[in-house]
Amino acid sequence: MTVMSIPILSFLIYFPLLGAILLLFVNRKNSQFIKVFTLVFSLVELAVSIPLFFKFDETAKTMQFVEKAQWFPEWGISYFIGIDGISLLLVLLTTFLTVICVLCSWKAIEDRIKEYYITFLILETAMIGTLCALDLVLFYIFWELMLIPMYLLIGIWGGPRRIYAAIKFFLFTMAGSVLMFIAILALYFYYYKTTGVYTFNVLELYQASIPVVKQYWFFGAFALSFAIKVPMFPVHTWLPDAHTEAPTAGSVILAGVLLKMGTYGFLRFAVPLFPAAAFDAIPLMSILAVIGIIYGAIVSMMQPDLKRLIAFSSVSHLGYVMLGLFAFNIQGVQGGIYQMLNHGISTGGLFLIVGMIYERRHTRMIADFGGLAKVMPVFATFFMIITLSSIALPGTNGFVGEFLILLGAFKSNAVYGVLATTGVILGAVYMLWMFQRVMFGVITKEENRNLKDLGKREILILSSMVFFIILMGVYPKMFFKKMDVSVAEYLSFVKAKNAQYRTLPQGATEAAKVNDLSNTK
Amino acid sequence: MADLIWLIPAFPAIGFLINSLLGIRFPKALTAWVACLSVIASFAVSAAIFVKFLGMPAEGRLLEKTVFDWIVSGDFNTSIGFRIDALSIIMCLIVSGVGSLIHIYSVGYMHGDPGFRRFFCYLNLFVFMMLTLVTADNVLLMFVGWEGVGLCSYLLIGFWYEKDSASDAGKKAFIVNRIGDFGFLLGVFTLVGFLGTQGIWTLKFSELQANVHLIGPSLATVITLLFFVGATGKSAQIPLYVWLPDAMEGPTPVSSLIHAATMVTAGVYMIARLNFLYVLAPTTLLIVTVVGLLTAFFAATIGCAQYDIKRVLAYSTVSQLGYMFVGVGAGAYAAGIFHLMTHAFFKGLLFLAAGSVMHAMSGELDMRKMGGLRKKIPITYWTTFIACLAIAGVPGLSGFFSKDEILWMAFSRHHSFWFWFIGAATAGMTAFYMFRMFFNTFHGECRASEEVKHHIHESPKVMTIPLMILAVLSIIGGYVGVPHLLGGSNHIEKWLEPVFGHHAPATAHAGGFSFVNTAFASSGEAAGIEAGMEMKLMIGAIIIGLLGIFIAWLFYVKNPNLPKKFVEKFHGLFTLVHNKYFIDELYGAVFVKNLFRLGALCKEFFDETIIDGIINGVAAAMGGIGSLMRRVQSGFVQGYAFAIILGAIIVIGYLVSRMIL
Repeated sequence: MTVMSIPILSFLIYFPLLGAILLLFVNRKNSQFIKVFTLVFSLVELAVSIPLFFKFDETAKTMQFVEKAQWFPEWGISYFIGIDGISLLLVLLTTFLTVICVLCSWKAIEDRIKEYYITFLILETAMIGTLCALDLVLFYIFWELMLIPMYLLIGIWGGPRRIYAAIKFFLFTMAGSVLMFIAILALYFYYYKTTGVYTFNVLELYQASIPVVKQYWFFGAFALSFAIKVPMFPVHTWLPDAHTEAPTAGSVILAGVLLKMGTYGFLRFAVPLFPAAAFDAIPLMSILAVIGIIYGAIVSMMQPDLKRLIAFSSVSHLGYVMLGLFAFNIQGVQGGIYQMLNHGISTGGLFLIVGMIYERRHTRMIADFGGLAKVMPVFATFFMIITLSSIALPGTNGFVGEFLILLGAFKSNAVYGVLATTGVILGAVYMLWMFQRVMFGVITKEENRNLKDLGKREILILSSMVFFIILMGVYPKMFFKKMDVSVAEYLSFVKAKNAQYRTLPQGATEAAKVNDLSNTK
Repeated sequence: MADLIWLIPAFPAIGFLINSLLGIRFPKALTAWVACLSVIASFAVSAAIFVKFLGMPAEGRLLEKTVFDWIVSGDFNTSIGFRIDALSIIMCLIVSGVGSLIHIYSVGYMHGDPGFRRFFCYLNLFVFMMLTLVTADNVLLMFVGWEGVGLCSYLLIGFWYEKDSASDAGKKAFIVNRIGDFGFLLGVFTLVGFLGTQGIWTLKFSELQANVHLIGPSLATVITLLFFVGATGKSAQIPLYVWLPDAMEGPTPVSSLIHAATMVTAGVYMIARLNFLYVLAPTTLLIVTVVGLLTAFFAATIGCAQYDIKRVLAYSTVSQLGYMFVGVGAGAYAAGIFHLMTHAFFKGLLFLAAGSVMHAMSGELDMRKMGGLRKKIPITYWTTFIACLAIAGVPGLSGFFSKDEILWMAFSRHHSFWFWFIGAATAGMTAFYMFRMFFNTFHGECRASEEVKHHIHESPKVMTIPLMILAVLSIIGGYVGVPHLLGGSNHIEKWLEPVFGHHAPATAHAGGFSFVNTAFASSGEAAGIEAGMEMKLMIGAIIIGLLGIFIAWLFYVKNPNLPKKFVEKFHGLFTLVHNKYFIDELYGAVFVKNLFRLGALCKEFFDETIIDGIINGVAAAMGGIGSLMRRVQSGFVQGYAFAIILGAIIVIGYLVSRMIL
């Protein structure tokens, strides 16, 4: 950390935590104050994060806003944070969606308000920490820290089957995390063995030279942990339950940010740490991604519950992201990253939409609705636009991401590209059918006849989502230029590293590889 | 000048934004003015450019303007940019011109509808998207318009969303179009993917054209076929035509504007725009011709057996679009565009007139409940009559020239008598079903109920004036393309030459397909006897057309009992055709039902039984072990359990790494 720079990332990480601590001392009866307090904190957080976007040097190849301090030097653990063009956009998505989540919880949460907002602020700290951490221990701490607030959000403020869903969520994620932690330690000791240095610094570990067979093990552990988070087929079944039971804001933040931690984990850790294994895993990952796209869409179509439907659509959308990331070309990876943001906006938006009718009707069953367009025209308009974004209509954000992913996939392997493109049809089938059943037709249920259209707060929330849907669809360059260099750097690094492994003689001793590595340094 | 071309699509977008964002308190009249003027403004700009073009040398008629970069990733690069040339200016004039008339008509037609503002918002949005489609300077922006018009079509078909049939039809249109788009997108990927390997990363038409020589014939065939799949969706050709007849659920001006005059012709425009690619792929062109021809014929047969006047017109549209594809498939892009234009006039008119009939008949659509409207709604009657003559190919009216051009091209470019014959037979059927509708609606006794009869009245001027203007255009529209044979100079072909090249050579040769070859095909002679043959075929087509009108007159005016006898005699055939050959039912059974079966299988069996079964099984097993273990424990475990696990992980991790590394 240079003396001159303001530790802006640390501020972003700990400011919500500070808010949470301060909230502890607020009288719980003061619910209005608690809400306003949290809103102010999340708004300040957002306001502080925006200059990141403009101050970010889009031509620099290195990490930016770096803060580095020794923590446990004897063990090689450091407090090392920084962002590149990839994490930058995800940090902004997080700060933005947190504000949205606070706003949309305003009336929805009436029980244990104080604890709820404390939980949410801690969650924000954990998410931003995860995105900024460049030290594996630090990363792991934040990664696990995300789990607890989310577990509580589902388990305390969730729906009727919340306990089952929360435990399922926890066990699934924990199972992956444990394996990842073992792999982190193994990597750490291996690096020491070959270089004589103890470090958890990711950027240093990138330079490690690991025999390909060992990479398989390490990559396998990391990949499983991240794949569960994404979630990829077939380890996705925690997601529908978690989404269905979580409160609206929980669903929004889960879909919007937490799932991205899985895909981000591949980009930041699993792939660049173990490139040879990652390249060997391309067929497996791509096939699972394609299955996820198609399977998610088909299962989504059959869901009677709106939230489950959207949850499965997430499986499909995240399948696109994974397919793009494992295309290993610039279009695929950039499309994948963009799709991560898009999914946060459009699926987050869909969960908000469902939350809004849930607050009015206390049901999420599609069969309980029908004809709502008549009584809620403003709502219908927003719902339509977000639906279109979700099915990637050109002109919306979804199209830009999906198009680049498919183009990238097509370039790397036409078969995956063609199969994944069928998702374009299936997406329209399940979304439009759902929309029709909820919004069109005549009103058949008496309870729906007098539903109130959106209020000002709700219009504000959805307008901000629609703003990004259009902006990101029409002028994506604004966001792409922030990540161009980082993505190009990432790709050239993993490709060069992979090529380096390929050129090594098969029977080379580890020592030879170490030498080889030190020569390249 | 070039700096202003983006105004053409921008005006309707502004109209859309004003009415949608600010229009909530607007009186109806203001909404209507905003909507109509925005489209008229586009027409004015288009007309100004057109006039300017007229005074320029042919090669100079090209305006391009890149507004800003759109999707840029690595070397791949597309921008929001517009291009006006001889082809797109014609499309702009048609879209904004016919669009203006239909907007004005709609002010009268939709007057009492509670969704008045919503209707005009959608309609403006549609014109914006359609103009984007035709002015885009690259494939991807064209695709924005392409999907955008599809969206508006979806919204407008389902405009009366409380009717299940309407929202079903909208959804069907969107999904069927998405199937076509699947092909379109794959076409884009193949094109970009290949050119990318050659170091050319572009989707811009002008750059594609400059680099088209890099694309080999087999690759060109694949790409053009994939794009054509998109065209079969948007332009309702076999096998994806099924959405268009259902689209008649929308308000009638929508059917006129979107599902007759403009949007459905997008596929034809797309092929014409990419003519430089299609020229490289004779096989594709042959397939385009055959699909167009089959669609034209097949849809015409269905049109003969429908009672709903809008359905008749819908199948007629499918059929006429087939003609346009025959034209472009023959490499005669100008002929295809020519027919696109005349069709926009007479079919747009026919739909508006049908709307006027509905207006008079309190919404009735069944021609069996009409009749004798001739005297009561004279303007509608006469304008419909003109349109029917035009579509039937009666000499002197617009449809005659454009249809004849296409039939001749089908014959001469593919060297196939049968292509011509099927096309001419379709023309005969067209004449028959149009006059069947015409006579049933306007002639004979009125078969409506007393209640309906009482209300029959001519539409207001705001509706009849557009009818009259379109009627005039249906008459004179053909004179821009009078063939050389009849002493004309085929202005439109000459106008489009800078885009399509001078008389594209007969690249599409039906050679490999011996069944379509006839004696005429033995090429060399054909050239020698060309002029004489063209005249003979033209006369043949005229006779077939008149015959169709005559039979309709015989059946429905002279001897109204004949149809009944005919239906009784050929009961099976009539049922088959009347039910559209049960194609919808077939698709339903094969595709829709199986998709749902697959969905149920995935959801119930795979997801909920197998995967979750394993997960819950593991959890239950763990729970069982846990409850056994609990007996040996006492007191609070949670507190230190975590510490133990964490410690164990570290130790295990260390040991494992020692072991395996």
